[in-house]
Amino acid sequence: MTYVRPKFRHPELQKNKLGYTVDYYEGSLSTLCAGCGHDSISAGIIQAAYEMNIEPHKLAKLSGIGCSSKTPAYFLSNSHGFNSVHGRMPSVATGANLANRDLTYFGVSGDGDTASIGMGQFVHVIRRCLNMTYIVMNNGCYGLTKGQDSATADQGSKNKGGNVNLFDSIDLASLAIELGATFVAQSFSGDKAQLVPLIKAAMNHPGFAFINVISPCVTFNNNVGSTKSYDYVREHIGATATVDFVPEMQEIIIEYGKGTHKNVTMHDGSVIQLHKLAEDWNPLDRQSAMNAVINAKAKNEILTGLLYVNPEAHDLHDIIKTSDRPLNTLTKEELCPGSEMLNEINADLR
Amino acid sequence: MAGKTDKINDFVVRFANVNGTGSASANFLFTKAIFRMGVPVTPKNIFPSNIQGLPTWYEVRVSEKGYLGRREGIDLLVSVNPQSMLKDIKSVRTGGYFLYDSSKKLHAEYIREDINYIGVPLMQMCNEAYTDARQRQLFKNIIYVGALATLLDIEFNVLGDLLSEQFKGKEKLIPANVKALKLGVDYIHANYKYPLEFRVERRDLLKDKIMIEGNAACGLGAVYAGATVAAWYPITPSTSVVEAFMDYSAEFRVDKITGKNNFAIVQAEDELSAIGMVIGANWNGARSFTATSGPGVSLMNEFLGLAYFAEIPTVLVDVQRTGPSTGMPTRTQQSDIMEAAYASHGDTKHVLLFPSTPKECFESMLDAFDLAEELQTPVIVMTDLDLGMNDHVSPPLTFDDSREYKRGKVLDAAALEKIEKFGRYLDIDKDGITYRTLPGTHPSKGSFFTRGTSRDEYATYTEDSAAYQHNMDRLIRKWDTAKNMVPAPQVYQKKNESKNGILFFGTSQYAAEEAMDILKEEKILVDAIRLKSFPFNKDVENFINSHDTVFVIEQNRDAQMKSLLMIELGADPKKLISVLNYDGMPITADNILNQVKVNLRSSSKSLMSKN
Repeated sequence: MTYVRPKFRHPELQKNKLGYTVDYYEGSLSTLCAGCGHDSISAGIIQAAYEMNIEPHKLAKLSGIGCSSKTPAYFLSNSHGFNSVHGRMPSVATGANLANRDLTYFGVSGDGDTASIGMGQFVHVIRRCLNMTYIVMNNGCYGLTKGQDSATADQGSKNKGGNVNLFDSIDLASLAIELGATFVAQSFSGDKAQLVPLIKAAMNHPGFAFINVISPCVTFNNNVGSTKSYDYVREHIGATATVDFVPEMQEIIIEYGKGTHKNVTMHDGSVIQLHKLAEDWNPLDRQSAMNAVINAKAKNEILTGLLYVNPEAHDLHDIIKTSDRPLNTLTKEELCPGSEMLNEINADLR
Repeated sequence: MAGKTDKINDFVVRFANVNGTGSASANFLFTKAIFRMGVPVTPKNIFPSNIQGLPTWYEVRVSEKGYLGRREGIDLLVSVNPQSMLKDIKSVRTGGYFLYDSSKKLHAEYIREDINYIGVPLMQMCNEAYTDARQRQLFKNIIYVGALATLLDIEFNVLGDLLSEQFKGKEKLIPANVKALKLGVDYIHANYKYPLEFRVERRDLLKDKIMIEGNAACGLGAVYAGATVAAWYPITPSTSVVEAFMDYSAEFRVDKITGKNNFAIVQAEDELSAIGMVIGANWNGARSFTATSGPGVSLMNEFLGLAYFAEIPTVLVDVQRTGPSTGMPTRTQQSDIMEAAYASHGDTKHVLLFPSTPKECFESMLDAFDLAEELQTPVIVMTDLDLGMNDHVSPPLTFDDSREYKRGKVLDAAALEKIEKFGRYLDIDKDGITYRTLPGTHPSKGSFFTRGTSRDEYATYTEDSAAYQHNMDRLIRKWDTAKNMVPAPQVYQKKNESKNGILFFGTSQYAAEEAMDILKEEKILVDAIRLKSFPFNKDVENFINSHDTVFVIEQNRDAQMKSLLMIELGADPKKLISVLNYDGMPITADNILNQVKVNLRSSSKSLMSKN
């Protein structure tokens, strides 16, 4: 790269509660293609972290392999990052989370990284209710190897080379709902207004939060006939509701204004505000969420927005009863039973 | 009534049982009683990959001289399995004994003229004494232990005490067990001459020694080493490592006030996930480990390469079994040496530790965590099924309370404050080991991007050839540093006494030491070295260089340790003579002697040291 990002920032750039401006949440310059949907998602993550007053060093960002998995380098440069191996980000995130439950864990993956090579780990990290945000930047193709179909490419979708995908697609959002994820959303990289509040709500969620973001590949999968092109997505997008996320709301209001508004109050008092609700959809009901996704698919519609949330979510630490203190802070005095106890153990072995 | 041919505390008993019939606890009772009588004893499980129904054997060697390796030649076979009876009869040495269930008459083809038969109607006795079907099956085992006690002069009180300990809290069960023991005792009293010419005599040879499985010692070692995160996928013969960690953690690591766990154990969906979790936890500053066997190490290869290249502490216990592929999953071997040493694609090398005893298993875990964190790299503890899943007489486990956990070069917030610009891969100390930071340490300093891709000293992605090579060369510098940090080998002689040396590691120790003793009795001197770790240090190099011939004893077909010595030390393959054992059974002294002597005879006589 011969160019650098200009250092200049407007002097009156607004500061968040921690006194950081939004540029404090940026990362290094992206090396993805110009116009890549992933860069828009990175921008959404930056905005969400800024608005959520996240201490960057209290967040760990993890990824697997692929275009999407490169993006953690492009946001939150004051956070530790871990670009692991293909399809295995969930296990690394699980270990990291077990070691220190006090950090926020943010995982980024792609459709190949999740729906193919990483399907096993994706399924099991959901099953274990790991407290993390898991974003799939879903473009239906393999970018780095030049455009092969992925397992999320829709049947009949045509790629740049003119090949028509013969296989049915894996729907990650409905899979996540079925597997018991306690926060499932779907969005579009071109809809920042929707994406940012979803990311904020996901980061705040006390269990496994999944967002499947359709993110067109401008180089290999943005052609006519592709169901993951910008044009196609814009023409076929639908939304469950307009979303807003209000952290730590003082007053808890649950409102069902004629079926068009709904506030979901989370355990910590924060509120997900939903406006213009889709008909026959209840975000607190898994069955209703599944129906909404299936009905949308039948109409060739890409349903975005919050799909399902369980405000009473719990996580792996709750299940296996781990100490409230991060395990990585425990000292030898707390961990080692000592020589006297070892003598007793020896005695029992005689 | 001692006769001239009597053999005290020197015999082998083999039990032939049906898997899943409760024989294991009865057989252990037998072994433990001999242990309690102060006599060295070594049991080996020879078991099938099966839950119920297939033949399983338990072989017990009793050795006054303290030899803990396996020995060929069965003096007494206890036959409780009709399926394997023919084979079992054949396995008894001439003049040996065959104890069998005489509830039914032995068929003529089962009669060998050169062995002695001791019939005990186990089934019949059980049917008469017990009504419950399960009890009838279980107490058959206890009855034969009673019979053996009389035949071999095992003190009845010792057995009684062991039963009382075993059923502590369930005292109701004791009388029925004692009754079964007595049935066996009485039957021999009434029907046979006893004791046999080989038998047990109380000694005080064991002092403070303990009896424990290597896997249990590894699990306990992980507790003492301060491991807090264990992730695993069950695989024979490693499963009981994590199970032991689980049990000891439940005992020692549950907060008394909150009831919460100062540990986390996750059963992963596969070995890839298990090692991924371990890497993630170690990256985040918790001591974490997994245990597996050969097939698991194969699956973990990609992640091990990541941990090597991204420099993340990782502790892995490889309880080796017979390969390749699924191989013989319940038999022992030392055949993962090459796979572990160079696991993963590209140029990688990993630190290996080779414990020989449960005590060393325990200590290897303490060392492994220190080394992994100091060197920021995977450390693989190489045990095997023989060590892991058999009870071993071992020196007691020891822990020095003043021993601190060596957490390696980790910068805290205060240290980061003093640094202008943090470089994750800057070799400041010129030992190849760089400084790392943990997530969450400092608001604006010390963050970096961990990756398996090539990067510069500041952890920034690079495809620059010079930067890549610079990093690879630093990793070799680190490897050289490791040579002086890993446990040094055990060199048996202060000064060389022979031109011939023997080299061994892990569970070959028992048989190798026994073979050395026998060679010495035959006036054949050999020097010896026991490897404890990889990379090899100067002592290993010196030992090979200062001997004309070095017998490399190992339990695999392809002479993997020999290859490693050739590759890493440039050792002359002609002077490294392989002594191999790869039938899945633990190596014996006789086997070593035969192979060593053939080679000594074929080489010039001058090689044989004069006394």
